Amino acid sequence: MNDTLYIGTRKGTFIAERGPNGYQLRLAGHAGTSVNYVARDPHTGHVWAALGFGHWGAKLSRSEDGGATWADASQIKYPQDARYLAPPDPGTEDDAEPSRFTVRPATLLKLWVLGFGPGGRVYVGTIPGGLFVSENGGESFELNRPLWDHESRGGDLTDVRRNEDIGDRKTHWFGTPASEGGEFAAGIHSIDVDAKDPNRLRVAISTAGVLESRDGGKTWAGRNQGMTNDYLPDPHTEWGHDAHFVQSCPGQPQHVWQQNHCGVFYSADGSASWTKVSAPEQGVHFGFPIAVDDEDGRTAWVVPGISDQQRMAIGGGLFVARTEDGGQSWQQLRAGLPQDSAYDVIYRHALAVRGRRVAFGSTTGNLFVSEDRGDSFVAVAHHLPPIYSVRFG
Amino acid sequence: MLPGVAQIEFTQHLPTLFPHLRGGPLPLEASTVAELVAALDRLAPGVAFYVCDERGRLRRHVNIFVDGELLVDRQHLSDPLEPDTRVFIAQALSGG
Repeated sequence: MNDTLYIGTRKGTFIAERGPNGYQLRLAGHAGTSVNYVARDPHTGHVWAALGFGHWGAKLSRSEDGGATWADASQIKYPQDARYLAPPDPGTEDDAEPSRFTVRPATLLKLWVLGFGPGGRVYVGTIPGGLFVSENGGESFELNRPLWDHESRGGDLTDVRRNEDIGDRKTHWFGTPASEGGEFAAGIHSIDVDAKDPNRLRVAISTAGVLESRDGGKTWAGRNQGMTNDYLPDPHTEWGHDAHFVQSCPGQPQHVWQQNHCGVFYSADGSASWTKVSAPEQGVHFGFPIAVDDEDGRTAWVVPGISDQQRMAIGGGLFVARTEDGGQSWQQLRAGLPQDSAYDVIYRHALAVRGRRVAFGSTTGNLFVSEDRGDSFVAVAHHLPPIYSVRFG
Repeated sequence: MLPGVAQIEFTQHLPTLFPHLRGGPLPLEASTVAELVAALDRLAPGVAFYVCDERGRLRRHVNIFVDGELLVDRQHLSDPLEPDTRVFIAQALSGG
């Protein structure tokens, strides 16, 4: 099925099918609607789309026929007693207690990513910071409470109904205004299901860091050892890291990669510890997406941008960087990519690797595919809407 | 108060997403706007979550007009409806 690419864009879901004459591209649904993420569940064959209507809220859409027709799926809704601590809002006009956390009732702001496990498990990551899980192929979803109530975000807030009840609780989960749509609350954008042990999964949060469960989501622990940042007073703090995307190697799940706001990080021990493997002299430092080889955990791809105030292709030339030695060295791959006046930005879900194929899409509507692990690229489309996600079928 | 029959109309976008709602004003029994949205959801399952969030609050970028006046209670939609009240659900103009 890796002849099919599912593409989420600001104006709908597109599908690109590889045929004898290259890729055929079509608008497959959700015309005019923001589609944050589209992916096919390899276990059920259903295709899922995470929609963001400007007026009508975030909605899950599902296709049971490969993207030919779509219908609203069971919707993600926060339970009535789901509350979260919000850090002081920089935009608040209430200056009575400007430095205090506030407790807020959770309502769905954004569907950001989906993940899939065997046995009909479907995971959905949201803003504000919810992991929703289905055990029945997506017929119904429940908020994962152990993560929602994690100590890193103030623990169980069931009885914290008013700000006066907060006491000394605090959250280490912060929002990032860079999230598309500008929802200023923490969000789960990475759901990494271990390909060999489906009870082992990781989530990454902007902005908090990485958490891992080894028991199918019953308990969670932070996995930020070795992470560093350059925007907090303590660069080695346990929490507050701005992971942009996290993925493990399907064939060697102990190898985990993270493109972070503050560089590229690599773990060879299942995210127990991270090592910064940025190579600024090669332009490898800032970016949003990262993709790992199917089999070789030491091989990964990134699409760097200028860090971090500008967020553009470096020097007006677009390149993909690949490492095959766990980040000790990086190779810039430019063949087939524009090298003059290119200002493409590649979002966190818009780079994918399957076998020898590499595909990515940009905010300027360009879609590129490589058949040789990135050594050379061909442009499949130039005029798509801004691209949010690219995934192989 | 016994529920009267209100007439409900929509911005064009909603019937596009919910074909059940096509074809002009719909008569629905309801004595408050909240009841009206609930009745609407029975007619077109799922539509209430487009109009309101999971706590029953009107979405920020949605407006409801009751006989031409903007809804007062966006939290609970408790605004009363008289028989033959005309209710209009619209996208707020919050874009270019």
